[in-house]
Amino acid sequence: MEIMKESHDTDLTLKLRGRLDTSTAPELEGELKNCLEGVQSLTLDLKELEYISSAGLRVLLSAQKTMNKQGSMVVRNVNPIVRDVFDITGFSDFLTIE
Amino acid sequence: MKELSIDATVENIAPVTDFVNRELEGHNCPQRILRQIDVAIDELFSNIAHYAYNPDVGPATVRVEVTQEPLAVVITFIDHGMPYDPLSRGTPDVHAPLEERQAGGLGIFLVRQTMDDVTYQYHNGQNILKIKKRLAGGDR
Repeated sequence: MEIMKESHDTDLTLKLRGRLDTSTAPELEGELKNCLEGVQSLTLDLKELEYISSAGLRVLLSAQKTMNKQGSMVVRNVNPIVRDVFDITGFSDFLTIE
Repeated sequence: MKELSIDATVENIAPVTDFVNRELEGHNCPQRILRQIDVAIDELFSNIAHYAYNPDVGPATVRVEVTQEPLAVVITFIDHGMPYDPLSRGTPDVHAPLEERQAGGLGIFLVRQTMDDVTYQYHNGQNILKIKKRLAGGDR
C-alpha cells in the first residue's frame, strides 16, 4: 500500500493506494499516530484503494474516535467494493462518506 | 485441485492470495467477488498466523478447488495448531454507537456475510476451515 500525504494548516489528506489489510494496516496506523497531532480536519481519499479487510477497519475506527475528539474526519471516493465492507460492518453508520 | 503448503505467517498472506488468484484466473469472475475472496483470505490466514501456533511459527495448507455448474470455488485452510473454531465467536454488534465499537470479531463476520458457505471442523489434530463462493455474476 502507498500513502500519499497532503497537509495544509490543520487539514490533512491521506490518499491510500493498494490494499488495506493485515500486512499494510500497521503502516497507516503508524502514519496516523505520527501526524494527527493538531489536525482538525482529516480526509481519507480511498479512490485507489483496492480493498479493505478488518485490520484496516480497526485503524479507521481508531482514527474516527481520535478525530471526534479533535475535529472531524471524512472518507472520500469510496468504491463499491470498499463500500460493501462499510455497509456490512455498519461502518457506514458513523463514517462521513462523501 | 491445487494445494500450497506454507508457513503460517503474516508475510505469507500475499503469496497465498496470489496462489488463489492464479487458480481463479480465466474464469471471468466479477472483480467484486475476487476482492471478497481476497479479504476472506486475509481474515482467515491472518487468524492462523496470529493464533494457531502462537508464539511459534507452524505450517498451513491452503487448498483450492474450482467446481463447475454452478461455477464456484472451495478454499480450505488447514493447520495443526491449537484447536480453534472461529465460527464459535459471537456476532459483533454492527450498529452499536461509535464509542462502544470494537474491531474484534469483524473479520470472521465479514467472511460469513460475503461467502456462500463457511464450515469448520477439527479432525485428526487439524483445524479445517472451508469457504465456498460462487464465481458467477449477480451475486452480492
